[in-house]
Amino acid sequence: MLKRDIVIVGGGPAGCAAAVAAFDAGTKDILVIERDESLGGILKQCIHNGFGLHRFGEELTGPEYADRYKNMVIERGIDYMVKTMVLSIEYGHDNTKIVTAMNSENGVFAIEAKAVILCMGCRERSRGQLNIPGDRPAGVYTAGTAQRFINIKGEMPGKNVVILGSGDIGLIMARRMTLEGANVKVVCELMPYSGGLNRNIVQCLNDFNIPLKLSHTIAKIHGKNRVEGVTIAKVDERLRVIPEESEYVECDTILLSCGLIPENELTKGAGISLDNVTKGAVVNQDRETEKDGVYACGNVLHVHDLVDYVSEESDIAGKAAAKYVQNGCRNADRIKTITVEKQGAVRYTVPQRIDVSENQEDVKVYFRVGAVLKDVSLVVRNGDQELMRIKKRKVAPGEMETVKIKGNMLIDSDRISISVE
Amino acid sequence: MTYDVVVVGAGVVGSLTARELTRYKLKVCLLESEADVAMGASRANSAIVHGGYDPVPGTLKAKLNVEGTVMMEGLCKELDVGYRKNGSMVVAFSDEQLEHVKMLKERGEKNGVKGLSVISGDEARKLEPQLSDTIVGALLCTSSGIVCPYNLAVAAAGNAMDNGADLKLNFRVTGISDDGDKYVVTSEKGEKVEARYIVNAAGLGSDAVAALLGDDKWHLTAKKGEYMLLDKADGKMVDRTIFQTPTKAGKGILVTPTVDGNLLTGPTSEKTEKGDKSTTLEGLDKIKSTAVLSVPKVDFRDVITSFSGLRASCDETDDFVIEQSEKSKRAVHAVGIDSPGLSASPAIAVYIVELLKKAGVKLERNEKFNPNRVSCSHFRHLSNEEKNEWIKKEPAYGRIICRCENVTEGEILAALRQNPKATTLDAVKRRTRAGMGRCQAGFCTPFTTGLIAQELGIEETKVTKFGEGSELLIGERK
Repeated sequence: MLKRDIVIVGGGPAGCAAAVAAFDAGTKDILVIERDESLGGILKQCIHNGFGLHRFGEELTGPEYADRYKNMVIERGIDYMVKTMVLSIEYGHDNTKIVTAMNSENGVFAIEAKAVILCMGCRERSRGQLNIPGDRPAGVYTAGTAQRFINIKGEMPGKNVVILGSGDIGLIMARRMTLEGANVKVVCELMPYSGGLNRNIVQCLNDFNIPLKLSHTIAKIHGKNRVEGVTIAKVDERLRVIPEESEYVECDTILLSCGLIPENELTKGAGISLDNVTKGAVVNQDRETEKDGVYACGNVLHVHDLVDYVSEESDIAGKAAAKYVQNGCRNADRIKTITVEKQGAVRYTVPQRIDVSENQEDVKVYFRVGAVLKDVSLVVRNGDQELMRIKKRKVAPGEMETVKIKGNMLIDSDRISISVE
Repeated sequence: MTYDVVVVGAGVVGSLTARELTRYKLKVCLLESEADVAMGASRANSAIVHGGYDPVPGTLKAKLNVEGTVMMEGLCKELDVGYRKNGSMVVAFSDEQLEHVKMLKERGEKNGVKGLSVISGDEARKLEPQLSDTIVGALLCTSSGIVCPYNLAVAAAGNAMDNGADLKLNFRVTGISDDGDKYVVTSEKGEKVEARYIVNAAGLGSDAVAALLGDDKWHLTAKKGEYMLLDKADGKMVDRTIFQTPTKAGKGILVTPTVDGNLLTGPTSEKTEKGDKSTTLEGLDKIKSTAVLSVPKVDFRDVITSFSGLRASCDETDDFVIEQSEKSKRAVHAVGIDSPGLSASPAIAVYIVELLKKAGVKLERNEKFNPNRVSCSHFRHLSNEEKNEWIKKEPAYGRIICRCENVTEGEILAALRQNPKATTLDAVKRRTRAGMGRCQAGFCTPFTTGLIAQELGIEETKVTKFGEGSELLIGERK
C-alpha cells in the first residue's frame, strides 16, 4: 500500500494552500488528490477579477489566483494526482487513515496516511432542492454549470435569462451572460436582502441596468421542451408566494444561484459529525475534526465569501496537520476545550470549539450573521463577563465577520459566546 | 421489408413484448414516439412490484399482477436490472382502516398472493422503527418488491434488439392502413413500416392507436402522480414500502426505498391533460403533509428532486384491456395499463404473445435467443478486483464523471454504445445514474454533453435533454 504523511482530498484553492502550508511547516511527504483534469478547482472557471486583494494585495482573476497556488505546489515538488476520485476514508492501525481512490492508471487503490485534510469544496443548490414547481424542460441550470459552459467550453446556454438568487455566482453570471450577448431580464431574490457581496451588486447588476427584485421567487417554470417562461412572484414574511402579486416573464433559460452546500459525503462516510448550520465538519481552531488527524478547510468546512479567507483557513489546517504528523498525536498540551456559543443574529462560528493549551495563541473566530443589521456591536463574552466589544456600521449575511480572541482570555474562560447586539 | 410484428410503444409493456417475441423466429420492430424508450408511464411511477392484493379477484389485473410479480425477480436477474424483494406494509390509522386492511388480506389470498399477514401496530413498528405511533395495525406482504422501471424497459428493448429486433425512435404513429395481409404504419414525419401483425402498447396514446385500427370504444384520461425523491442519506428510513390504507379521500402517499438507495414519496393523483409532466405547489405540499403521517421523520429538506408521471386511466373500465382487436383481427391492444401495470408487465408480455398466437402468428422457437443482458452500469456492482480488471481493459472505467453517484466515463460510453443507444442527456442519466444524485447534474452536465456529442459525431449545441426541442445550448456568443 502507498504510504504518505498527509493526503489532501481536493486540489482547489483550499487543497493547494493546505499543501503549501504543511510543506513549509516541515512535513513534506504529501499527496494532493484532485478529481478534475488539473489543480485549481472551481476558480479556473471564475475568469472575473476581484480575487486576491487580501492575500496578494492585488486584483487577480480566478485562474490567476489558482495558478499562483498551483505554481507554489509545483515549485515545492509536492506530489499530486489529477483525474483521481477519492471514494472513501477509513481508519487503520496506529491511528492511520486509509484513503481509497480510483483513476484510470491505477484502478482502485488505497493510501495509508498519518493525516488527512478534507478540501472537497461545495456544490450548488439545485432546482430539485429548491422545490420549484412547474414543467421540467431543458434550460434550467445552476449558475456554476452555466459558468463552466461559457468560460471553459465556450458554449452559451441561452439567450433570454432569468436568474433566481443573488448569491455571488448569480451576480457574476448576470454580468457574464450580458457581456456575451444574452438578455438578463431580472434577478429574483427570495430574501429581503442579497446574499452576495455589495460590490458585485453594483458592478454586475447596477452597471448593466439589470433589475434585482428582492422578496421575489420563481413560482412556476413553463415550457414543455425548452424553458419558455417563468412566473415570478412576491413572497410574504414567511417566504410563501403571494399569488396575487405574480407576473409572467418570457425567457429560455433559468440560472439558479441559491446557495452552496459543502460536499461532505466523504466526511460523513468517515464517521465525522457535521454542524447543522454550516453543513461542514465541527472543528477546533486548527480545523481539526472530531477524528484525530483529520482536518477540513475551505468551502467544504463552511462556504466562504472570498477565496482569500479560504487560503488563510487552509494555512491553519495545513500547518496543524504538519505538526500533528511531527508530534505523532493531537495537541498534547491541551488543558481544556471551550465550546463557542453563538447568540442572537450569529448563525454559526468556525471553529465551533477551542482546545486551550497553557501557551494559548490568539484565535480568530469566523462567523456569519442571519440578517442585515446596522450600527451594531460584536460582543465576546465569557459567561456573563464581557471580554470584547467591536462596533460595526453594518453586518450582512453575505459577508463573513471575524473576531480575534486573545490567548490569555481563552485561558481564563470557561464558556465563550459571540453575539451581535 | 415486412416485419412479422410491429409493437407500438416502447415502455415496459411494449419492450417486454418485443423481447418475448424474439424468443421465436419473428422479425420484430419496436416503434417509439419519443427520443428514448421508457418515456411515458414507465419513466416516472412508484417503481413498486406489488404483491397483488389490490386488484379485485377475477380481473385481468389480479391475474397478471400476481403472475408478473412472481416472474419479476428472475427477469431482472436475466436483464441485469435493479430489483429487491423488500416487502411492503399497508398501514392503518384507525379500526375502520384496519377492517379494510383485513379485507385486502382476504382479497390477496383469493388472488393467490403469498406471504400476507395482518400485524399489530407494535409489530409493525418492531419491523419498521420509523413508523408513526398512531398506526394501529398493518397488512404485511413479503412477496412484493421494488424495481428500476425505466431500466426494465431499457434492458428489455436492448435485449430484444440484441436478439434481432429493430427499434425506431421518434416514430409517432399517425396512420395505419391494412390490405388484409399486412399493415402499413405511418409516422408523423411520413416514414412507413410494414408488418403483418400489430401490438398496440402505446400507453396514454393506446386509445388513439386503437382508433386508427377502428376500435374507438376506449378513452384514456391522464392521471398525474407527483413524487419527491430524497437523498441516499435518507434511503434507510424504511426498509419496506409503506402504503397508507386507501380512503375516500384518496390512496394516500407511500414512502419507499428505491433500488438505488434513495427514499421516494408520492404519488398524488390528479386528472390532467396528456403530456403534462409538471409538478405543482399543491401537489408537493400534499406529499409533504401526508407522507409524515406514516413516517414522521421523513425530512423534506433532503429532497433532491421532484417529478411527475402520467397514468393511463381508462374511462370505460377499471381493468386492463388486453385483447385482440374486434375490427382488425391481426392486432392486439393493451389499453389502460395503469397500476399495477409495471408489476404485471412480464405477464402482460406473455399474455399478448398468446393472443398473437390465437390471431395467427406462427411461434417457432428461436434457438439463438439469449435472455441475458449486461447493463452499461454493471461496473458499479463489481468488487474492487473486478473493477481493476475492467479498468485495465478500458481505462475510461477509472474516470469518474458524476461525482455524486460515482458514475464513470466507461459506463457513460457503454450507455451510448449499447442497445438501445442513448442519444440524450436524460437517456444517459436513466441508464447510468449520471446526474441523478444530490447535485442533480450540476457538475457532470458539461462533461456528459461533451461525451454525447463526441460519440454521436454531432456539435455539442445539438445535444438535447430528451429529444428535439429540448436543446441544452441555444445561445450564441457575441
